[in-house]
Amino acid sequence: MSFAADSLDRRTFITFCATMAATLALPESYVPAIAKALQSAKRPVLVWLAFSDCAGCTESFLRASNPTVSDLILNTLSINYHETLMAASGEDAEALLSRTVGDDRGRYIAVVEGAIPTKDNGVYCTIGGRSAIDIAREVCSNAAAVITVGACAFFGGWPASRPNPTGAVGLQDALRGLKVINLPGCPPNAVNITATLVHFLTFGEMPDTDAQSRPLFAYGTQIHDSCERRAHYDAGEFVDAWGDEAHRKGWCLYKMGCKGPGTYHNCASVRWNDGTSWPIGAGHGCIGCSEAGFWDENTPFYRRLPDVPGFGVQTTANEVGLGIVAVTATAVAVHGVISIVRDRLHPEPVDPPPPSAGKS
Amino acid sequence: MTRIAIDPVTRIEGHLRIEATVEGGKVADAWSSSTMFRGMEIVLRKRDPRDAWLFAQRICGVCTTVHALASVRAVEDAVGSNPPLNARLIRDVIAGTQYVQDHVIHFYHLHAFDWVDVASATKADPAAASRLAQSISAWPKSSPGYFQEIRDKIAAIVNSGQPGLFANGYWGHPAYRLSPEANLVLVAHYLEALDWQREIVRVQAILGGKNPHPQTYLVGGMAIPIDPDSQAALNFARLDEERTILESAKTFVEQVYLPDAVLVASHYPEWFGYGAGHKTYMAYGDFPQPSGDVSSYRFARGIVRYPNEAGVDAFDPAKISEYVTRSWYAYPDERVGLHPSRGETNPTYTGPQPPFEFLNVNDKYSWLKAPRYDGEVMEVGPLARLLVSYAAGRPDIKNVLDGALRTLKLQRADLSSTLGRVVARALETQLMSGWLLEWHDELVANVANGDLAVHDGSRWEPSSWPAECEGWGSHEAPRGSLGHWVRIESGAIANYQAVMPTTWNASPRDARGMRGPYEAALLGTPVADPQRPLEILRTVHSFDPCMACAVHVLDPDGGLVVRVEDDAW
Repeated sequence: MSFAADSLDRRTFITFCATMAATLALPESYVPAIAKALQSAKRPVLVWLAFSDCAGCTESFLRASNPTVSDLILNTLSINYHETLMAASGEDAEALLSRTVGDDRGRYIAVVEGAIPTKDNGVYCTIGGRSAIDIAREVCSNAAAVITVGACAFFGGWPASRPNPTGAVGLQDALRGLKVINLPGCPPNAVNITATLVHFLTFGEMPDTDAQSRPLFAYGTQIHDSCERRAHYDAGEFVDAWGDEAHRKGWCLYKMGCKGPGTYHNCASVRWNDGTSWPIGAGHGCIGCSEAGFWDENTPFYRRLPDVPGFGVQTTANEVGLGIVAVTATAVAVHGVISIVRDRLHPEPVDPPPPSAGKS
Repeated sequence: MTRIAIDPVTRIEGHLRIEATVEGGKVADAWSSSTMFRGMEIVLRKRDPRDAWLFAQRICGVCTTVHALASVRAVEDAVGSNPPLNARLIRDVIAGTQYVQDHVIHFYHLHAFDWVDVASATKADPAAASRLAQSISAWPKSSPGYFQEIRDKIAAIVNSGQPGLFANGYWGHPAYRLSPEANLVLVAHYLEALDWQREIVRVQAILGGKNPHPQTYLVGGMAIPIDPDSQAALNFARLDEERTILESAKTFVEQVYLPDAVLVASHYPEWFGYGAGHKTYMAYGDFPQPSGDVSSYRFARGIVRYPNEAGVDAFDPAKISEYVTRSWYAYPDERVGLHPSRGETNPTYTGPQPPFEFLNVNDKYSWLKAPRYDGEVMEVGPLARLLVSYAAGRPDIKNVLDGALRTLKLQRADLSSTLGRVVARALETQLMSGWLLEWHDELVANVANGDLAVHDGSRWEPSSWPAECEGWGSHEAPRGSLGHWVRIESGAIANYQAVMPTTWNASPRDARGMRGPYEAALLGTPVADPQRPLEILRTVHSFDPCMACAVHVLDPDGGLVVRVEDDAW
């Protein structure tokens, strides 16, 4: 591919490959393999579907910096369909999607953003006159790999929060049995989207995941365990009011409702927007946006997490995390109980699930 | 007569469908339909009002700050909270960077391909492109070698058999008018802007931890602590970093975006004659000076109705009402509109079952309601803001606008057009990139004076609130006037609703059959080839549609007529 040769000088390209290796927790010896995979003659084909979404995941994807977003979306990949970015409109746009599903069957990557409304025959989200579930079924069932981006495609997101007026669900509930990899977050971090794509392009398979199909490199560590304010938690140093001295000094936000304990995400280590900052670093608690059901389970957001016995100086973060899990039903992937599932690609296209697969 | 449907309208946020009839090479009639909704207002009911901004922010990830701001303003208005000066300035800086990033992205990534032929750019002479670029701007990336590299790169993609995002554009369409060299300059800047936008939003990450969806608003202030002596707070080193980014953004706007907008505008003069619509413009106004008084707003509040473009009529929020005559909702009497705080929602989808080819546009045809002001259709957005502020006598806006009209040899009335919206958006980006530095410097000066306050804690605890209260929060979002309404009872949200800029602009017909602004603007738009309706996209995109913002909610209880609720998105 033209990636390295045309648009990036060699050093930049190798730096990028090394960054990806580090993000994926791979040894440096993998850098040549990554470089080789990204220089194939035919660019890997990607289609990006947006359903009941806010485009925040698309915007986050556009923050990719290494490689630069322009290289990623024009030189590294062939993005054959993305409503927000593509030149074509209307029937000419839909024709590109049909053509990809036909011509590249079993070879393209499908990315899904947004929830899928299943109530009332899907009239709450139609594109080109077709319902979201109808499009998702056709496109995802014939993909080489399916990646969900964001909370909505993971579990339905806020459209699925109480009382879920449109019967919104995430992709894996809409199309039961479909193998997906989930990159939750509201939005997910561009670094993690890029790294997942690079892993797939390099190794031909998705990275290792937890029981919720979230890659371990990005969702394997509790925010609370990697938080720069952790020492203050252990020392019993807490913020009591917004703007107080403790807040200015960067003490622990637990009492202000932080959901860092019980949330698995690499925000603290990779940070956001080229490493500029992250929510806790900017003084606001974590809302737990990478966990299923967080809009219901973690609200009110400013209420501190349930007390656990011995909370405070003596308690370890894992004990706090387990205490939360006991009351939240949805957060199943904690240390010690992670079921590591090795995702395998579909070597062959699968038959579309029957129409009744949609859950309302 | 040819009937066409454009669905999806791409290069927008969300899901928009345009149906039109074309007769004699022109749009004879048009219908604007939103084909998605999610139900935010229903979801917010019974929740903690302090959480509302985090939910409402997720109405839209493109306008990722605007609903957060309108939401905290609405709750603050209800509970009587007063954010300190630092918090207000931080909000202004975040909102201002949103304008600059959003407008630049709109011009290059959502709108440019309506004017710029990518295939033509591959035939450009790099030396001539370089001369053109240097004749319109001092931007340093303008050498023949640079344009040759870009041309070859684009040609490689377009001719690779894998054109990706460039596939199936209307390349070669007779309505494209730019030279290959102008096309190449604009495509080069498309690529530069794609990488540039990452940089300006770092301001939101400094102040709010991340973008999209910065996580820093609070009812009563902001969550970013300020302390010159702390590395865990906004300190002078961080503020210096912020200023550097803002200065660089201003340079990009002045040396790339503005000259490019003028370049496009000067090659399509006839497009100052298409796309006018109703010529009634409304702005809530925003960006108060420290006094906070409405008369101090940088963007003035009011209404301008042509042909009286010199006069500003007063705006009264009580005169907003919404109609559902042609929307998939039911009112007991659909001849009347209802104020957002007294609306009703009875979703009644009567459209065709998917998959479908055409909507029944003679009946109900959209998930958008039709907001009207005193029964009149109103356009909102950059053009409306500038025309209202101009008529209200804001000197900085008058200067910028008069200068642009001289450069383009236009009258103010010509701005009521497709390209008028494009020019207005660029001009307000220029203004905003300057105001940002002023707000930043005010913040630095205030901190240097020892004021570190970021939050009014006196109304944080629900026990400090009245048992029942109501509030309105407004914001001039990049796409136009935005309002959130909240009612709080016993510390929980009893009712929440919002009327979005795109709801005003993309609305369907109302009880009187009056077309919404998109629909009216499309009348008479030339269409050379109904199979390739490039010209329709020009006018629709000139409004910068944001459908996720626009769609109204539904009431899951269906038939019951209940007070308030609904409408919104």
